[in-house]
Amino acid sequence: MAASENTATFRPRTLFEKIWDNHVVYDEPHRQTLLYIDLQLVHEVTSPQAFEQLRVEGHRVRRPELTVATPDHNVPTSDRSLPIADDIARMQVDTLRNNCREFGIRMYDLQDPEQGIVHIIGPELGLTQPGMTIVCGDSHTSTHGAFGALAFGIGTSEVQHVLATQTLRQFKPKTCEICVEGALPRGVSAKDLALYIIGQLTSAGGTGYILEFTGSAVRSLAMEQRMTVCNMAIEAGARGGLIAPDEITYEYLRAREFAPEDFDSAVDRWRQLPTDEGAVYDRVERYSAADIEPQVTWGTNPGQVLSVVDRVPDPNATEREDDRKAAAAAIEYMALKPGIPLTDIQIDRVFIGSCTNGRIEDLRAAAAVVSGYQVADRVGAMVVPGSGPVKRQAEQEGLDKIFRQSGFDWREPGCSMCLAMNPDKLEPGERCASTSNRNFEGRQGKGGRTHLVSPAMAAAAAIKGHFVDIRDWDYRDGVASVSPASTTDKI
Amino acid sequence: MRAFTQHTGLVAAMDRSNVDTDQIIPKQFLKRIERTGFGAFLFFDWRFLEDGTPNPEFELNHPDLEGASILLTRQNFGCGSSREHAPWALDDYGFRVLIGPSFADIFYNNCFQNGLLPIVLEAAVIDDLFARVNTYPGYTLSVQLAENRILDDHGLDRSFEIDPFRKHCLLNGLDNIALTLEHADRIADYEAARGMAALSESGGPN
Repeated sequence: MAASENTATFRPRTLFEKIWDNHVVYDEPHRQTLLYIDLQLVHEVTSPQAFEQLRVEGHRVRRPELTVATPDHNVPTSDRSLPIADDIARMQVDTLRNNCREFGIRMYDLQDPEQGIVHIIGPELGLTQPGMTIVCGDSHTSTHGAFGALAFGIGTSEVQHVLATQTLRQFKPKTCEICVEGALPRGVSAKDLALYIIGQLTSAGGTGYILEFTGSAVRSLAMEQRMTVCNMAIEAGARGGLIAPDEITYEYLRAREFAPEDFDSAVDRWRQLPTDEGAVYDRVERYSAADIEPQVTWGTNPGQVLSVVDRVPDPNATEREDDRKAAAAAIEYMALKPGIPLTDIQIDRVFIGSCTNGRIEDLRAAAAVVSGYQVADRVGAMVVPGSGPVKRQAEQEGLDKIFRQSGFDWREPGCSMCLAMNPDKLEPGERCASTSNRNFEGRQGKGGRTHLVSPAMAAAAAIKGHFVDIRDWDYRDGVASVSPASTTDKI
Repeated sequence: MRAFTQHTGLVAAMDRSNVDTDQIIPKQFLKRIERTGFGAFLFFDWRFLEDGTPNPEFELNHPDLEGASILLTRQNFGCGSSREHAPWALDDYGFRVLIGPSFADIFYNNCFQNGLLPIVLEAAVIDDLFARVNTYPGYTLSVQLAENRILDDHGLDRSFEIDPFRKHCLLNGLDNIALTLEHADRIADYEAARGMAALSESGGPN
């Protein structure tokens, strides 16, 4: 009897369920759950209307200390000592500054050495911690799930709701385990892993789910790479991605500015978070790391992706009419022809950066490729570090010199040409190898064509002027390729 | 929030899947700090030619669709960025109802914050609706939210599913923050249980 009672009280739970349960303020019958939010990140684009509405409705910010802001989306990546030339962009950044001052919210402003893309600075500062709930008016908030935090993007009305109440009304999402076993082959990065999974799931396949990435291939990834994987969870339509915290997570966080003071006690708590043996996910997908090759998107959504050794697909070979139409429209927009090898695609521009691939490991991987080479004649290539600390670390390591000597532009931190809200953008018809997260029509500039790739693949494309299989790359200057499992220095 | 009870309107068909929020409202318009006036920029890059004149090829520019207020779409409408500017632009343009086989999560949620009703129907029903738009010029639909029904003048009468609480909020135009603040005590209790400092009289942190 006693034994059966024990079994009845212990119900194995997933990582997601544990975080969810810990944050339930109120489960109103037949309504959404009121969920407590531990951290809200704010940037200039999706917040002004939230603050304005707070003023109109006479609400205060309930917990200003649980919100942190930085401008990143439309900041220039050129000389920071100059004012922002675009009047409307400048006004938006000024508005963020004024709102933060009025409501008592900490802001990492343009001149701040810690400024950067919101999803890069949260982890760098140690604000992002296992077991937390984290939101931001930005879909790539999923990045923070790499620490075992439940993190997802919200709209501006919800930004206001969190400011006013420090809670959100949520329907409980379903859970999907994405298990990848084995070692990623040489030359295959976390970005390739993410793109491969999105290709398998399709860009809507994760809708309604929180994805938990598990398996030996995921466990062996460094924090930077885990962030790349969770960052892209939204591109499969999922609300968020999760990776269970482990020693790699704790090592990354130890000694960061906002890490818990009693760090060892925190680690003891965090060790309780990983999914229990026997816990059940709503859905499970299994992949083998050995099957994954370097990836290149050919279409206008991230699910339209293939291995670099493949050819542009024939839409007529597609089964469903919807997909056929979408593929044909994408190929037309991208000005490609079915059947041509992806390695024959010539590019005009290269963008290395973004919340997906703007961290130090990404820059190291790209620098290793370009070292000793020159960017192809007609290619314009730029590197935009994800944050001030990433930029300084890269400069300490001499990566900026490698990039500059190879013919890359070395810029100030921000979102830059991932979404081209600032002056960094493609001209109509230009084709770009980009380490960012979205290849939507016009995403990097009206009429621009985007192919999503890993940092190493983007770097190699810059040198050759077309896509190449990074597994065949001849690394010069004795710089070895960065393997997925390499350890990282703290930045 | 504006309440939604019922709506009858002209249907515009957009036979495209995975329409992302970058298309619905391109980024160059996200620098504005207002939440109104985005309708002029809806689908901007598809809707207008380089010289700023309407693109005659774009479906919503068809003269017969002037005043359309129901948008019929394909799967995964609203994918991508979390920008609430997307529903703001659709609403400001005049859309009140969106109908499709699926919507992206964040976008779907954002619609309800703005009195915009996204209706999910199975793919076969969506196919039928596209066929009806092609068959009947000036095709209109009537949406009765209280009964979860859509009807047309040609015999169509379908029910749709919607979360009862979301429906309740739409029907009554309820404000989410006001609803949540009814539970301010529970929030305070939760914070206390977590060992967080209580809020001061003035409402700020101690």
